Amino acid sequence: MLEVRDITKVFGELVANDHVNVEVGKGEIHALLGENGAGKSTLVKMLYGSLQPNGGSILWHGNATTITSPSAARSLGIGMVFQHFSLFESLSVAENIVLSLGADKVLADIAEQTREVSHNYGLPLNPETIIGDMSVGERQRVEIVRCLLQNPELIILDEPTSVLTPQEADNLFVTLKRLKDEGRSILYISHRLEEVKQMCDWATILRHGKVVGECDPAKETAGSLASMMVGGDIAQIKRKKTKAGDGKPLLELKDVSLPAASPFAVALKNIDLAVNAGEVLGIAGVAGNGQSEFFDMVSGEVTVASDAAVTICGTQAGAKGINRRRKLGAAFVPEERLGHSAVPDLSLTENLILSRHGSDAAMFTSMGPIGFIQRDKVHEVAAKIIEEMDVRKSGEDPDASALSGGNLQKFIMGRELDRSPAVMVVNQPTWGVDAGAAARIRQTLIDLARSGSAVVVISQDLDEIMEISDRIAVMSDGRMSLPHNADDMSREQIGLLMAGMEGGSEQEGESAHVH
Amino acid sequence: MGVAEAVLLTIITASTPLLIAALGELVTERSGVLNLGVEGMMIMGAVAGFAFAQISGSAYVGALGGMLAGAVFSLLFAFLTLSLVANQVATGLALTILGLGLSGLLGEAYIGQPGIKMEPIVIPLLSQIPFIGKLLFAQDLIFYISIALLIAVNWFLFRTRAGLTLRSVGDNHSSAHALGINVIAVRYMAVIFGGACSGLAGAHLSLVQVPQWVENMSAGRGWIALALVVFASWRPMRVLFGAYLFGAVGIAQLHIQALGFSVPSQFLSSLPYIATIIVLVIISGNRRLTLINTPASLGKGFVPDR
Repeated sequence: MLEVRDITKVFGELVANDHVNVEVGKGEIHALLGENGAGKSTLVKMLYGSLQPNGGSILWHGNATTITSPSAARSLGIGMVFQHFSLFESLSVAENIVLSLGADKVLADIAEQTREVSHNYGLPLNPETIIGDMSVGERQRVEIVRCLLQNPELIILDEPTSVLTPQEADNLFVTLKRLKDEGRSILYISHRLEEVKQMCDWATILRHGKVVGECDPAKETAGSLASMMVGGDIAQIKRKKTKAGDGKPLLELKDVSLPAASPFAVALKNIDLAVNAGEVLGIAGVAGNGQSEFFDMVSGEVTVASDAAVTICGTQAGAKGINRRRKLGAAFVPEERLGHSAVPDLSLTENLILSRHGSDAAMFTSMGPIGFIQRDKVHEVAAKIIEEMDVRKSGEDPDASALSGGNLQKFIMGRELDRSPAVMVVNQPTWGVDAGAAARIRQTLIDLARSGSAVVVISQDLDEIMEISDRIAVMSDGRMSLPHNADDMSREQIGLLMAGMEGGSEQEGESAHVH
Repeated sequence: MGVAEAVLLTIITASTPLLIAALGELVTERSGVLNLGVEGMMIMGAVAGFAFAQISGSAYVGALGGMLAGAVFSLLFAFLTLSLVANQVATGLALTILGLGLSGLLGEAYIGQPGIKMEPIVIPLLSQIPFIGKLLFAQDLIFYISIALLIAVNWFLFRTRAGLTLRSVGDNHSSAHALGINVIAVRYMAVIFGGACSGLAGAHLSLVQVPQWVENMSAGRGWIALALVVFASWRPMRVLFGAYLFGAVGIAQLHIQALGFSVPSQFLSSLPYIATIIVLVIISGNRRLTLINTPASLGKGFVPDR
């Protein structure tokens, strides 16, 4: 149905797509695999008309076609669900949808159709809701329903599950199967190899802008797919088993409760936790169950009234701010890389100074309180981090925003690891990071723990949690379950805990409520 | 005519240009462009309005000339900020300074000349209604236009497809571009509309308020109009309320001085800005209000990737 022949796209000196060939049949779920920067997004943007190829041709139903704009793509029957949501936060669901349809559509009709189609496909939506009030999962529903209302023959999904919980992802798969059964084709971009294996009929693998292979993913292993993507074997994560409780606790939380800061936030309820030296504690949970509030509370972005509620390396720190907690030996990596972990428009060395001048003043500044920056020292440390973490960048000292997500995350992790923290708390360490970089980041976290630090990893990626954790706790509705040894926990158990139902018997009845 | 009537009439005259300029700026800002050059476009409208009226002998041609001058002046802003992606704040300030200077130069010959006043249009019957008839139905054309404009802008923004497109561009220009909306074209139109409105507001000053050309006669009204848009949290109907409130404060200032009250005039003239700050504090405390009404991409340059 769709055939891409020898398509080429050049940005300056970078060849993003180099004679790429892809063929998608009717009723086929076709996976497009590749690392970040392999050229997947460039390719689909050309199919959707938001970029124009420099060479090659696109055949639609056997006829050579030039797709001049997204609206041309839509009228051909090509729909797209974007990786980064392309929704308008201040507008309602129906308004968002009507904008993507022909100019002759009336808002009231679209609202009605939205309600209908969304219920038919099991993605219920209220057309009047303002997007800004919706969760990520719901927003993706809007994207999909918007795409469906155009009645497309080919649906392009760019990393649809990277923001979904396992349950939401399962719902999505049901919808996709149904679309396939209706004879629609799906071009599916994902980093998650397990779901590609489970879902997709055929896969095309891109590396550095070239097609390097095609396969039936069901017949491959996740490992073989990954090595095709990166062009070599992915380092297997090495993890020696430890018994939890071997080391002494370095991070302790005692009955921490915090009211919700806004109507959209989650209140933290009676959180007790002790993280020991030498272990990785994974915190699983569906997005929006208090993980970010938990992170803010642990890092000291939000302090608690009682100093005794948080203990870092034996010192009470509940009422202390972020820099004082860092000075006690803690390090924190928040979820958003750009804007939270790093300032997008500042260079890497400037970002290094920003996060460390408070906690490592003696190292980077001179003249005491005047605080002259010692440029040489900063550059030296930055160079060391870049080398140790294999950060790939262009230019001597690029802006943080110029790095790809994976490379920036490696730099940020390196920045914190360079301090050899005794306590490390990371939120979503490998979100949107390609397989090679993700493996490296996970390995460094494990290595840090094995060298005697206490490591806390908050993640919505259950595979990641299972892969690196010694003990696992689950957050649900602002509560934290008791941590269990990772080896004793099944996915089902974790799933139940995520849904707010207690799997274990240790917990008292008061938190065993069902939503 | 009673005292109350006379005072209300002066309030209407003082508020009309604020309403028109603020509505224009509101549309511009809803498309995501912050044009701080309202004062400059207004003063250009004032001098051009006066000049066109002198040359043609008609106040209506003068008003058209004022609109045209504001639109052309805003086109300069649009070219710099949209096509060349210059910083909007800096360009807007430059536009104001340029407008104040250029209008002084162009208007030099007109200083002290008697102007042509735009005569009120008395609507039969309606103007006979006691009290409000004189106030609302025996006004100049620009007043009627201001009210029509208010209704039209409100209808356009919230009831038409084109208005929805404009709001979407102001909310998230990257998403709008991804949907195939021509972001730059929408913004050009919004900026030019804003310019024409500012120009008309300026013409009101030199054709209705004081039919004369006086250098710097806009006297900060452009800034009040800008503050008004924020005060109204980007809702047209609230602009109406704000314009008349700020207009009334301005008039009250004169009367209070005349009556010899000991309120410093500086305090009164700062009232609109204080009110704006208070409103800003209130709306920024409410995330949802801010989210729904504030154009999220306001002031951000847009470069489409090719």
